[in-house]
Amino acid sequence: MIAYLFRRVAGTVPVILLISLLVFLLIHAAPGDPAALLLSDEASPQDIADARHRWGLDQPIYVQYLRFLLNVLRGNFGTSFRYSDPVIRLIGERVPATIELALVSLAIAIALGIPLGVWAGAKPNSWADNLGSFFGFFGISMPSFWFAIMLILVVSGYFHWLPSSGRSTYGISHGTASDFYIFQSLAEGDFRAAWDGIRHIIMPAIALGTNMMGIIMRVTRSSVLEVMHEDYVRTARAKGVGERTLLWRHVLRNALVPIITVVGLELGTLLSGSIIVETVFAWPGSGSLLISAIESRDYPLITGTVLTYTIAFVVINFTIDILYAMIDPRIRFEK
Amino acid sequence: MRSSSDVAAGLGAASPSAAARRRAGRAGRAIRAWLKPKIILGGGIVLTLVFVGVLAPWIAPFDPNAQNLAMALKPPEWLFGVHVLGTDPLGRDILSRLFYGARVSLVIAVMVVLISGVVGIGLGAVSGYFAGATDFAIQKFVEVVWAFPPLLLAIAIMAFLGQGLDNLILALVMQRWISYCRVARGQALSLRHREFVEAARALGASHARIILRHILPNLFQSAVVIGTFAMASAIISEAALSFLGLGVPPEIPTWGSMLADGRTYISTSWWLALFPGLCIFFTVLGINLLGDGLRDILDPRLKRSGSGIG
Repeated sequence: MIAYLFRRVAGTVPVILLISLLVFLLIHAAPGDPAALLLSDEASPQDIADARHRWGLDQPIYVQYLRFLLNVLRGNFGTSFRYSDPVIRLIGERVPATIELALVSLAIAIALGIPLGVWAGAKPNSWADNLGSFFGFFGISMPSFWFAIMLILVVSGYFHWLPSSGRSTYGISHGTASDFYIFQSLAEGDFRAAWDGIRHIIMPAIALGTNMMGIIMRVTRSSVLEVMHEDYVRTARAKGVGERTLLWRHVLRNALVPIITVVGLELGTLLSGSIIVETVFAWPGSGSLLISAIESRDYPLITGTVLTYTIAFVVINFTIDILYAMIDPRIRFEK
Repeated sequence: MRSSSDVAAGLGAASPSAAARRRAGRAGRAIRAWLKPKIILGGGIVLTLVFVGVLAPWIAPFDPNAQNLAMALKPPEWLFGVHVLGTDPLGRDILSRLFYGARVSLVIAVMVVLISGVVGIGLGAVSGYFAGATDFAIQKFVEVVWAFPPLLLAIAIMAFLGQGLDNLILALVMQRWISYCRVARGQALSLRHREFVEAARALGASHARIILRHILPNLFQSAVVIGTFAMASAIISEAALSFLGLGVPPEIPTWGSMLADGRTYISTSWWLALFPGLCIFFTVLGINLLGDGLRDILDPRLKRSGSGIG
């Protein structure tokens, strides 16, 4: 296990280095002189030359990259132009909101996707299968941003059931923006604030989770379909295990491996989906931070957010791989 | 359904025109294999999209960019009105913009799929065929690009390089060639030591010839299936980028940018957001259905990969 761990870490480090190189090259591929872009329009040529020197833009490109890399490794993504705060702190303040949204979306996707998939896979071509498959196709074909707008239109605009944007109601919430509102309010026993948080998160979480729900449903269906033909299922049935126990205990447990794989793979889709959904619902997470940074051409903030998202994704995938190797020893010994 | 034609073919074997009947039965079965609800429905939607996109200049009732502020934000007048689906804040006809939007989506999606296919299959075949150091380098690159959350890389590319059709296509191709590359590499790896490849090599065929003539033709069916799903995801991503204001320049009507307008006027003018979204949804649904149906027929092995997206 230790050897496997080492091998995986050794494989991941170069990938992170190359990611930073790719992002660095992207910054430099941006049209125009970065110094001119980063300064205001009124900057004189002298100001620009000073800035070029200050930021090391007059150095050879590999020196610039090494500097960039060292800063990134130290967690120093520079200072935001717009907020004049360190980028790392701005992102750190927004991350809990994104994580909270992602977790609730994932929970919704799993809670709906797996039962629908098992239901559909257990009886192929039945009406249950058709209904489940319909939801599956619905989920994977629905653009989250449109679904989000339609939810706002109907649920907030027409029925006035749920708030259309933000994370909490002013006056009800206490705490700062950088908290896990719902969990924190629950932990403190403030149920009014927790309920307020839940009301705010329902629509964004549904909009974000629908795609994942569709994917989970489809994988669960095909995986269950496959397991249903295994010998041990026949054996279990032959010894008189009830249909429900059979399905949820024997079949689902064996069908879970591909489901977990896909959930892990699709976490990236969930992360990038959150960028759009957060923007639609004005959810104060790191995704809406990225979009507002792009709108104000806040390059250090864009770079920092992109790198944070990507490294988070790499770490998530890495963790999932390790979990796998712990669950399934065969993986450790592959090549 | 299939059994009746089998019986017919079986009975036919006894009669003089057995061969002809058998041929007819076989052709019938082949056609019927393709006539699945998924393929008919999906194919129908895709054909409609192509039809509307190609014919947009002739069937659109208005110029998609013609502004008429006197007619701004008119609700849908349905079938017999002037502006069937209403107008936007600048008085532009929604239906006409949807038609032209179909055209833009289609052109971008097709280009993205073709370029991704050529790049991905090319790199994948080279990677698998040569193996060794070439394979290692290409696969490292795949790993790095794959490490980015799907839409994020496209967003980053558009943010740094700026709006524009060429940048948009680059941004969408950047991650879509990878699924082709993986399949092509796997195939090439397993084919490189097969007898027919060894034979071609022994006959003095060049590497390029072996890859083009002996390896690539085996990849065609997988590529069709991957391409269909890539097209669906390209359309969604293009709409998402346009929605975020990171797509093509604003003067080109796209479903995504129409939706972004719709979001601004959500509390007063529901039709602005409803129709472009429906177009995206049904287009992607149609392509996904078609892709699913094609996969069942052409390449059942891909089935386990689960999603069509990404």
